Amino acid sequence: MSTIGQSVRRTEAPNKVTGRAKYNADTHVPGTLWAHLAVSSEAHAKILGIDRDNAMTMAGVKAIVTGDDVSLLCGEVLEDRPPLAKSKVRYYGEPIALVVATGEAEAILAALAIQVDYQKLPVVHTPLEAMSSDAPLIHEDLGHYVIAQPPISPQPGTNIADVVKLRKGDMNVGWKSSAVSIEGNFTLPSIDHAAMETRSAKVEILHDGRVIVHTTTQAPFEVQKLLSQYFGIKQGKVIVNAPLVGGAFGGKATVQLEILAYLASKAVGGRLVQLVNSREQDFKTSPVGTGLQAKIKLGATRQGKLTAAELTFWVDVGAYTDSSPRMARAITSDCTGPYRVDHVHCDTYCLYTNHTYATAYRGFGHMPMTFCIERAMDKLANALSIDPLQLRRLNAIQPGQTTPTGVTLNLSRLGNLDACIDRMNDLVTKPPGQVTRVAPHRVRATGVSCFWKTSSSPPDASSGAIITFNQEGSMNLSTGTVEFGAGTKTTSAQILAERMDMSIEDIHVHTHINTKVDPEHWKTVASLSTFMVGRAVLDAADDAISQLKSLAAVVLRCAPTDLAVGQGRVFIKDDPTMNVAFKDIVHGYQYPEGNAIGGQVIGRGTYIVRHLSPLNPDDGQGRPGPAWTVGCQAVEVELDTSDGTYEILRAMTVVDIGRLINPKGALGMVMGGMCQGLGYGSREAVRYDALGRLVTDQFRTYRTMRMGEQPNYQVDFIETPQIDAPYGARAVGEHGVLAIPSALANALARAAGVEIDSLPATPEAIWRLGTEVQA
Amino acid sequence: MFSYTTRQSLILQVNQDALTVTPRPSDTLLYTLRQELGFTGAKPGCENGDCGACTVIFDNLPLKSCLMLTAEAVGHEITTVEGLHHTALQDAFMDHWAFQCGYCTSGFLTTAHALLTRHPDADRQTMVEWLRSNLCRCTGYQEIGDAVWSVLQARQT
Ligand code: FES
Ligand code: FES
Repeated sequence: MSTIGQSVRRTEAPNKVTGRAKYNADTHVPGTLWAHLAVSSEAHAKILGIDRDNAMTMAGVKAIVTGDDVSLLCGEVLEDRPPLAKSKVRYYGEPIALVVATGEAEAILAALAIQVDYQKLPVVHTPLEAMSSDAPLIHEDLGHYVIAQPPISPQPGTNIADVVKLRKGDMNVGWKSSAVSIEGNFTLPSIDHAAMETRSAKVEILHDGRVIVHTTTQAPFEVQKLLSQYFGIKQGKVIVNAPLVGGAFGGKATVQLEILAYLASKAVGGRLVQLVNSREQDFKTSPVGTGLQAKIKLGATRQGKLTAAELTFWVDVGAYTDSSPRMARAITSDCTGPYRVDHVHCDTYCLYTNHTYATAYRGFGHMPMTFCIERAMDKLANALSIDPLQLRRLNAIQPGQTTPTGVTLNLSRLGNLDACIDRMNDLVTKPPGQVTRVAPHRVRATGVSCFWKTSSSPPDASSGAIITFNQEGSMNLSTGTVEFGAGTKTTSAQILAERMDMSIEDIHVHTHINTKVDPEHWKTVASLSTFMVGRAVLDAADDAISQLKSLAAVVLRCAPTDLAVGQGRVFIKDDPTMNVAFKDIVHGYQYPEGNAIGGQVIGRGTYIVRHLSPLNPDDGQGRPGPAWTVGCQAVEVELDTSDGTYEILRAMTVVDIGRLINPKGALGMVMGGMCQGLGYGSREAVRYDALGRLVTDQFRTYRTMRMGEQPNYQVDFIETPQIDAPYGARAVGEHGVLAIPSALANALARAAGVEIDSLPATPEAIWRLGTEVQA
Repeated sequence: MFSYTTRQSLILQVNQDALTVTPRPSDTLLYTLRQELGFTGAKPGCENGDCGACTVIFDNLPLKSCLMLTAEAVGHEITTVEGLHHTALQDAFMDHWAFQCGYCTSGFLTTAHALLTRHPDADRQTMVEWLRSNLCRCTGYQEIGDAVWSVLQARQT
């Protein structure tokens, strides 16, 4: 093995360090028209009228589109969202009108001149408020919406967009066999993806009916499918281009600006129109990551064995459902954390509020879910006076046991959580339960947490790969994954190089996705790319190899089974000196006298996930993903007990990665995730004022981590191969983030001697909870 | 007094070339570099000075090009990331995996490059202070710090 396990550079690295890498808004064609959105200044209001007359007369304005001009409802699962608000607005920042003008400045000025007459409605601020029977109704038509992708169970006449139920075992037995029980209530705010590149879309409608889209997306094939479906255009006529993406984290897997840019282009006779979010609109108009409230009750034996878990999650989906119902199922499927619990009762509600609508965020609901269960585990450890790491080790789920949704695990599917916890035990050096005083007002403590996650992807998600050869014998690899930083292109090149026993220098990957020529990959989400695309690449490589062998068999006068490939040649296994170079056969073989046989070698590969099943609506049983990734994380803090300020000293992760394909790449993904998790744990929150207006629409109000605030990272990998994955590699793209916020809160809670059950854990929040004040 | 009230031709010194542009008075340097001159290595991330993605080197100092009007840049030396060629810093960024999506990279490279010129003897603390002007959402920052530090150290020994 030569390439797997090597930290080969990212394929696109040289262009990224020279400014030559092109992102969506970097290519500008002269003559492009600009679109700009006028957005709602109210969180919940009836629209009594929109006056666009003044704006229409302004310099450079070509068209203005409002909700009255469009009758369309969108939504990945439930079609509840008008692309432009119609008759009412449901969140602050919601698109109301779309101005198309000759230049950016002209479009912005005209958008500001649009007058909207509102009649204010009472605002729903939290999911629990949304549950109450006298809450204002956000969607009066909930009963009439089209379900685009079941399952979902909307409850008309309420703000409940969906309910997911999970029942495992018998709660009576679970509680009876418990000696100790604890309960916790948790509140987590929405979070913003805050990718450095804001979202943008460009659309041109050609006279032959083709719709050309360029967009910042993780899901170009979903954009193609939805535009085709919403506007009645043949799928073959919708061509979606996805260049390099400047960070995504789930926030670019949803389809929003593409629909608006299409409407804008349509309004001006199909001309090329570009719509680019300002940072402010990216924060308030485009979707956020979900917040939630939860109540968790755990029961355990005196020795600390979990016997029962009763969980309720109230998910804040904001004004529209988007992918939240799928996310609610993801939360529910893994709701116990990576622990054996035989008796589980979980209800997850998706609740409409007057917040910016939510979509996938790195971990697909697992970060907030993990926070709740892992805080509950620490409460249990306290109640039992057991070391928090030991409690987790005692309950760590094992091969042969079943998940909450009834999947029987084996080592390949699960990985080795015991090994992760044991390694963490070495890393933390001091027992996590222990608080050490280092100065009169300064104490140190470590918090630990475990995570697990599976993909929760549709049971028919599929992927493809196409390999072509250049005449010199090098290979071109085309797959449907988008490169937003996770290194999927580099990983797939490594997998191909390994299978072909070739230098990675001779593999040329197609980085810019075009739905017309690249094979479909469901979406570049759920950390599934290495697995699904990797399998498709291996399949395509095998296809190419068998073609190479059959042609070489003729040339070398032997049976194809006598042959092997490597180093750009097909050779006879027992006598490698007898061989033929790729360059002599990949575009057909020519005999010395000039006759030719064979044609171009084109390798074709596919993969479709197998044996998945949707969760049963009555008890939530089903199989949500092909395999899990498990791990253990810890954070060490030093807290000033007099004022609640703290320093994050160390953050540690041990994750079972299956097999390391690119060590530096994997390390970077995990550390980057940890950094985001520390941001969420310590400072990040989408905040709204009393009127429901989002107030965190800039980086000075929505604070993310900065250089120098990061801790000392320690990351270690366990390698338990996932047998059906390429070279055994498990999904790891999202996981670095998952248990960091809870590990941080567990550390701070111990250090401060308070219960930290909501985020972010700012010094002020800790101070308000009342830190132990030392004289 | 300098007055500039309508579109007019100006000459900017960018990456050692004298280039003619015709900005509106309100156009920022970032806008002109990207839209008129095609130096799209300078990225908009916030357009209000918070993120540093738009950083260029301006007479040897890092400057957030979203915060300066094009007209103010006349008579100054501007270097964008496109003006950096085969520097040790660029190699260090690749070797240390100091980026994922790469969107923040130009800004970090220009900031760090200016640091290397202004403070070749910078200690780690000074380096961190300089790099705090830029945001990255993908990495854990350690990779970026290590990349810049490796070049500073190589220069200092
Ligand atoms: S775009 Fe200039 S600082 Fe963010
Ligand atoms: S690498 Fe993506 S923002 Fe820094």
